[in-house]
Amino acid sequence: MTAPAPAKGFSLYAKREPVFPKAVSGNFRRLKWAIMAVTLTIYYVTPWLRWDRGPYAPTQAVLVDLAHRRFYMFGIEIWPHEFYYVAGLLIMAGIGLFLLTSAVGRAWCGYACPQTVWTDLFQLIDRLVDGDRNAQFRLHAAPWGPGKIARRLVKWAIWLLISLATGGAWVFYFADAPQLAGQLFNGSAAPVAYSAILVLTLTTFVFGGFMREQVCIYMCPWPRIQTAMLDEKSLIVTYKDMRGEPRGSVKAARAEPDKFGDCIDCDQCVAVCPTGIDIRDGAQVGCITCALCIDACDAVMAQVGRPRGLIDYATLADAKVEQAGGKPAPLLKTIFRARTLIYLGLWSAIGLGLLFTLGNRTRVDISAAQERNPRFVQLSAGDIRNAYSINISNMESRPRQMRVAMEGLAGGHMWQGESSEHGPERAIDVTVPADSVARVTVFVAAPYGNGHSEDFHFTLRALDREGGGDNHAVTFSRPLE
Amino acid sequence: MAKPPASARKRSVQQANRRDEVTGTDFVGHEWDGIEELNTPLPRWWLWALYISIVWGVVYVILYPAWPMLNSATSGTLGWTSRGQLSAEMDAEAARRAPMVRALAAVDLNALPANRELMQFAIAGGAAAFRANCVQCHGSGATGSPGYANLRDDDWLWGGDMNAIHFTITNGIRNPDHPQTRMSLMPAFGRDGILTGQQIDDVVSHVRVISGQERASAASARGAVIFAENCAVCHGPTGEGMRSVGAPRLTDRIWLYGGDRATLTTSVANARRAVMPAWGGRLDPVTINMLTAYVHSLGGGEAAPAPSETGAQPAAPTVPATP
Repeated sequence: MTAPAPAKGFSLYAKREPVFPKAVSGNFRRLKWAIMAVTLTIYYVTPWLRWDRGPYAPTQAVLVDLAHRRFYMFGIEIWPHEFYYVAGLLIMAGIGLFLLTSAVGRAWCGYACPQTVWTDLFQLIDRLVDGDRNAQFRLHAAPWGPGKIARRLVKWAIWLLISLATGGAWVFYFADAPQLAGQLFNGSAAPVAYSAILVLTLTTFVFGGFMREQVCIYMCPWPRIQTAMLDEKSLIVTYKDMRGEPRGSVKAARAEPDKFGDCIDCDQCVAVCPTGIDIRDGAQVGCITCALCIDACDAVMAQVGRPRGLIDYATLADAKVEQAGGKPAPLLKTIFRARTLIYLGLWSAIGLGLLFTLGNRTRVDISAAQERNPRFVQLSAGDIRNAYSINISNMESRPRQMRVAMEGLAGGHMWQGESSEHGPERAIDVTVPADSVARVTVFVAAPYGNGHSEDFHFTLRALDREGGGDNHAVTFSRPLE
Repeated sequence: MAKPPASARKRSVQQANRRDEVTGTDFVGHEWDGIEELNTPLPRWWLWALYISIVWGVVYVILYPAWPMLNSATSGTLGWTSRGQLSAEMDAEAARRAPMVRALAAVDLNALPANRELMQFAIAGGAAAFRANCVQCHGSGATGSPGYANLRDDDWLWGGDMNAIHFTITNGIRNPDHPQTRMSLMPAFGRDGILTGQQIDDVVSHVRVISGQERASAASARGAVIFAENCAVCHGPTGEGMRSVGAPRLTDRIWLYGGDRATLTTSVANARRAVMPAWGGRLDPVTINMLTAYVHSLGGGEAAPAPSETGAQPAAPTVPATP
């Protein structure tokens, strides 16, 4: 079968135009390097931090222990039933993004997003191996030969090493890092660790090496959401067209000073853009507000002796005010306005709520379920016996002695299951192992009485100095003849 | 109408070379009531997916069982079968459990409840075996029904310690084919003409008095005499029962068939001779040990008797001849 001929002049597919951003220096570039260093350090180093929790818990500071369903973050341990903390953190992350976006625009995209950080890192490798923008252009256009193959192999190998380290670091969050590192090298780690590394290595390699700005423009939902969130009061990277237009070279402007604006049409802002857009076309979905064009333009303006800030962080409202000759609002006033304060309030309220519940949470828990088949058993002396499955949670990382007692059910007594031998006790003591749930079956016997069912409580009390307790209501069933 | 380009591909229908102006796509040449079909070929990725699927299918047919034949299916070069996979998984599971099973085969039953890990394993296995073999009579909750013992209460006809339960399961009750079986035959006092109807009424009154269901009366006083002469030999002078012959205690609140007057009258007149199969030949010893542990754990399990009073274990004697 022959391949179909594509319809002429009409295609839904846009071929990627390769972007070769030029190296640039300046304040924002330095800020970006600093943020890259911090975020990468956090990512790679965090799993290796240790935290002493005593002999019964892992020593890793941040650990998502899926096998045992525990999440450790420094001094905080979260059990699956406390997952609302994670939900709360995710909601905070969402509102935090809204807050950040309405205050300083797409700062997340421009500085901290992993796609941006790793793309930036990969572009650094590009420049180290291939040279700056023009050399990369030439190499891209050059036919395949030994030199090009060698350079490409070197570059891809470095990319792959970074990708491998990235995927490798990820799995350390899910197991004891030093132990897993050893297992990874001698081949005894779990298959899921290898497959996770493989997948993340490939995605890092492809997203950071080849897809880059296409991820932001076509794959990521966040830019689309942000375009809806940005308004004329959002801080974005703005080309002040009323100052720059019409564009003209320095020479032309010297000849006719009144005819031209400040933009000398040197295209440096385009050359340094990591997503390959022209900021002078206005705000657009491809702009991640990394501000590198501000650095580039400021440098050019300094060279030609014109004031900086032809391209600058500015709100569209400020740009209008400036155009009218007014003075734009101070930066703090731009950032702290009703909308951002509401977001900040919401964000802080959730955070404080989480902290409050975290400080007040109990680390013991009891739940009891009556056995249903049968609900009651007639004993020979006339008493009725019920059975209950009791789960006692000890969420501390040390074994604890606890007492389960009956509250209510006059004349009743309880004993631990499996035997008919028992005394008149109304409580049992259980040693619950560290960080675990003890499941005990208890029998409760009580006189037949009037034959009606009766409610009572199981109470739990920790017997050590720290104390703490909980209780659970259950029903004692009797056969009403 | 657009003219066909000179480079148009050759088609069987010459008219198909016409091109749709809006989309720039060729017509196939088919027309229905003025609606024409465009030649929009399948996307290449779709075609490749089809080709790969075909290759996949061919490889699969070679490697795995695929084509049904008259008697069986083609077997595939890998030799894989679903039954083989199942038996491999079952073998792996059996190998995993082997140490526990070996320990359970050799365990001293009286010491088993103290061995928490082995006891839990035995209870879990026993619960499964119970559901397969015992629930038909004893019920899914092991609470029995009239004539079928409740295994959860604290009343046992033949003993409730580990060895007694094990013996009962292994040898059954009143199993005619099994020499070791739990055997006792209460006489049918009415049917066999040992007692008159009036005497049976009286003895039933007595039993209802000692079980706390009735107040003493002239009838129960007469019945007490009859009881002492006919029943006390097995049920004991006070009706406390005798486990060595499986004679139930008559003074408690638990009745195998029922403690009301009508049921008791039937029991005395016709006797009850319920049976239970001997599982010794049907289930392997480990499973019987598991069932023992499970039944013992249901709430009525008793501790092993002190060494001095062993004696319930050997084959239970049959009821002595009627007076």
